[in-house]
Amino acid sequence: MTADTDRMLISLSEEQAMLLDSAREFCRNRSDITSVRALLDSDAGFYREVWQELVSLGWMGVAIGEAHGGSGLGIGSAVPIAECMGRALLSTPFFSATIAAQALVRGGSEQQQDRVLPGIVEGKIATVALLESEDWGDESVALTATVVGDELQLTGAKIHVADAAVADWFVASVSVEGAARLLLIHADALAPAAISAQVLIDETKRSARVDFTGARVPVANLLPGDFDLVIRDLRLIAALLHAAEATGSAFACLDTTVEYLTTRKQFGRLIGSYQALKHPTVEVLCAVEDARSFIYHAASVIGEGPLEQEAEIACRMAKAQASEALKFAGDRAIQFHGAMGFTYECDAQLYIRRAQWLQQAFGDAYHHRKRLAPLLLD
Amino acid sequence: MGASQTELASFRKEVSAWLDENNPGDPGFLLPQTFMEVGSEQQLDFLREWQYRLWSAGYLGVHWPQEYGGRGMDPAFQTVVDRELRRHRTPITFNVIGLGWAGPLILDIGDEEDKARYIKGILSGEDIWCQGFSEPDYGSDLGSVQTRAVRDGDDYVVNGTKIWTTMGNYARYMILLARTNPDAERRYDGLSFFLSPMQVEGIEARPIRKMTGEYGFTETFFTDARIPASCLIGGEGRGWRVAMQTLQYERGAAAGAAGGLAWVQVNIADMIEAVRPLQRDGQPLLEDPVVRDRLVQLMIQERAIGLAERRGAIQPLNSDYPMSLPLSHKLRLSEYQRRMRQYAMELLGAQGGLYVGDEEVVAGGFWQRAYFNNFATTIGGGTSQIQANIIGEQVLGLPKS
Repeated sequence: MTADTDRMLISLSEEQAMLLDSAREFCRNRSDITSVRALLDSDAGFYREVWQELVSLGWMGVAIGEAHGGSGLGIGSAVPIAECMGRALLSTPFFSATIAAQALVRGGSEQQQDRVLPGIVEGKIATVALLESEDWGDESVALTATVVGDELQLTGAKIHVADAAVADWFVASVSVEGAARLLLIHADALAPAAISAQVLIDETKRSARVDFTGARVPVANLLPGDFDLVIRDLRLIAALLHAAEATGSAFACLDTTVEYLTTRKQFGRLIGSYQALKHPTVEVLCAVEDARSFIYHAASVIGEGPLEQEAEIACRMAKAQASEALKFAGDRAIQFHGAMGFTYECDAQLYIRRAQWLQQAFGDAYHHRKRLAPLLLD
Repeated sequence: MGASQTELASFRKEVSAWLDENNPGDPGFLLPQTFMEVGSEQQLDFLREWQYRLWSAGYLGVHWPQEYGGRGMDPAFQTVVDRELRRHRTPITFNVIGLGWAGPLILDIGDEEDKARYIKGILSGEDIWCQGFSEPDYGSDLGSVQTRAVRDGDDYVVNGTKIWTTMGNYARYMILLARTNPDAERRYDGLSFFLSPMQVEGIEARPIRKMTGEYGFTETFFTDARIPASCLIGGEGRGWRVAMQTLQYERGAAAGAAGGLAWVQVNIADMIEAVRPLQRDGQPLLEDPVVRDRLVQLMIQERAIGLAERRGAIQPLNSDYPMSLPLSHKLRLSEYQRRMRQYAMELLGAQGGLYVGDEEVVAGGFWQRAYFNNFATTIGGGTSQIQANIIGEQVLGLPKS
């Protein structure tokens, strides 16, 4: 009975409902399509004043405990925020910092938490550096930390480090004497020119290749938590937040398509009256609705401790569904806008590009389904 | 009236214990998975007996009035029973048109005589009811009903043809929608609703053979059939409104229906268990990575449907398109079931080439029939393509096709 109830659980607390409401309004007001486009070729990729505003709304503290200045609502409460940001294509370091904070919440020592988390609540930027190749499923860690006295000397690089250029803190996976660990690294430890921006398919996002070679970090910055457990949960949480962002973006993409189908005329008729366009658009709606059910389901079953199996299943289903839904919505948005859809000026490109970026982020649909199979079938 | 959680919990235990004892086992022949599939006397007798036992035990129409065969309890008790029937995987309660359409309608707008005459037989399964709405040329466009009913003294004389009459050949009564006034300004106003007897000269129910090879529906011909004028319910010219009213009982006991189980739930867990022993390339089928991925995809789709029902009840999570989840439920569920059952057939390998009646067919041909019969749900009640139009227009606001 209990397992069955968990499997279908969706709840929304009063706080979460209010958060959803205010996040929606904030994101809509602060991130109209003109300001999104104005950021596309900027260096930072976000507006500092918008970042400060959302920090002062307390959003960076949602998933951080009261002891460190947060509101302790839990990581599930970051889902409505992430969804609203996705919907408005609002880019800030919210995702990077929220995920990095979870590394400390779940794997950090008390001292490490005291040192970093209050700053994150107040707008200090942190990010995670986990990926070394195209393979999100690669469990090996090549970034090496060699013990020299009470310091670690780093050799190696990470890619797809989100918001690296503005980050104060990095949480990186490193290999220490053959064992994988998480390490807290301050930006000041990096060599000059360590950060080289990558050219991303989604121009609203910022990521970099970060060469940690030469950085020296105190041994005390190693996170004491069990690596395998913490990194698994971190990836699942990151997958969920990106799924929420993808869901929001997919709804916005659908709205863009519907707007065009209800205004554009061809052969004397509004093109939305043609079933060849109408029916696939309904399929997009259903796919996006399913993604929405999964992100709020995952938000409802995810806890503060190590993720239970039901939470793992929920996060993986959410990412699998949301990645596919946004891909489908973006793809059809281009096609249904016709020749207009092939232009840079048409907003459909923003969504198809985001779909491709979010698809790979923290594992694509197949990556997650492959990991669901043993949980569901064996 | 009213029911406390404690009362409901102890009632659930009682029902569950009764079902442990009385749930009939495998009868040795395939039972219908839905009430639209009753195709043989053998099945009919078995289901009739089951419904009778369930009702005699006090577990059908428990919220219907005592004087007509119910127990006058809160509908929540019947909902408990319905859930237990599903959980115990009992056979269906086959008299669905009576239990879920005619019965609640008669209780709502019928007179004393109607209630006394019809309700008990509906619950016991003694009187089978069928439904005469659809017509050959008009599908589910009820406004276009052509069957004529002309008043003649104390009778109406009925002429026309109904189709997709579930159990038309077994039914004693039909809820019949017919045109009494062909000149009405609005075509809906010319319709009237009847509780018509079926054993009348001039009514012929001709079984339709389905693509499964089985029966379940009839085409029902009315040739100068005389039915008593007292069969009219709701008043002349009000047939459309009455028909619409019958549709709202579909939502189960809470909406007034007697309850029971109209179809056997088939889910992917059943499918996985059915194919688990099978082999592919000399290896267990469920170790094939492509099969595993496809099954996980289907499991995601199945869970999404269940989650959508939960989310539908949380208003702030439905602010974009408030009617989206309720209006798309039928489309998602029926199409998902089609895909899942179709894939089951693929996984059966050479077994999928066998059919009901073969000695070695897996589960008596359950999956073969499950797949084929599922088209009743992607076609009946408005095809998936019509559903997509409705969603596109009413939810997304797209222009009419």
